[in-house]
Amino acid sequence: MEPNGHRQDIAAVLKGQVMTTRFDKLLGWGRKYSMFVYPFVTACCGMEYMSVSASHYDLDRFGAAFPRFSPRQSDVLWVVGTISHKLAPLLLNVYEQMTEPKWVVSFGACASCGGPYDNYATVQGIDTILPVDIYIAGCPPRPEAVLDGVLKLQDLIQKSKQPWK
Amino acid sequence: MAIEKRYPEAIFDWHADHGDRTLVIDGDRLLDIARLLKEEMGYNVLVDLTAVDYLPRKPRFEIVYHFMNLETKARLRLRAQSDDEHPLVPSLTPLWPIADWYEREVWDLFGVKFDGHPNLKRIMLYEEFKGHPLRKDYSKTKRQPLVGPQN
Repeated sequence: MEPNGHRQDIAAVLKGQVMTTRFDKLLGWGRKYSMFVYPFVTACCGMEYMSVSASHYDLDRFGAAFPRFSPRQSDVLWVVGTISHKLAPLLLNVYEQMTEPKWVVSFGACASCGGPYDNYATVQGIDTILPVDIYIAGCPPRPEAVLDGVLKLQDLIQKSKQPWK
Repeated sequence: MAIEKRYPEAIFDWHADHGDRTLVIDGDRLLDIARLLKEEMGYNVLVDLTAVDYLPRKPRFEIVYHFMNLETKARLRLRAQSDDEHPLVPSLTPLWPIADWYEREVWDLFGVKFDGHPNLKRIMLYEEFKGHPLRKDYSKTKRQPLVGPQN
């Protein structure tokens, strides 16, 4: 309010010091830049994952390179490599223990569809046991493909409805 | 060679390549021959042990042993044949303790039983798995998931 009592336009008064948004968008914005990753690394894709996390490709700049080896402290599960039927219950156990809301990234051909292993031992895609948000193609994926997957996951997190209660 | 002289009836065939000898032997006489190899001929290392399924050939299974003599650096391979659908050969764990895990692996994947093994149970696959997947008559796509949909 001006001293003379005339009501002014609120944007003019605040002069860019305050930003208005929707609570959903704000939460999504926070979540997409603070991904706490659980890397479930089993095979050759793991080397690619290390390379992407290291300084050259620098996953850190997406707020996505803080690996937590405790499911209770992580919200993005990266399944990096081949999953056998013997290992599948453990993967499911890790997923179930992670905090909500949580996302799953399937890294490479093996995790996405069994890869070259069409045999008695290999799970033909982890989507048969848990819900997957992002699939990264390749055997192994190029680091650029992984970064593209991270951006797509951030986009998905930003646009989804945010549970917060 | 000492083995041929001692057990002529147990040796079915032999050949040698660059000094590395292979003997095809009767699976029932394996323990005698292995003991001779270790105690008298100096083959003190059991390097590896595996099996081959030759379906539909008879005899169907061969259990393959690789030995090495650390003194002379000589190598020797035994191929123990077994004609049975459920083959049984003597365990080499009394002579080489390392045979323990190797024999469990061969039991797990090929279904070859080892007489005298102290703890013959699966080592690569899970207890619930039915059958032996490296047998030629096991379908490669026959999956037995612990969680998730069946095939």
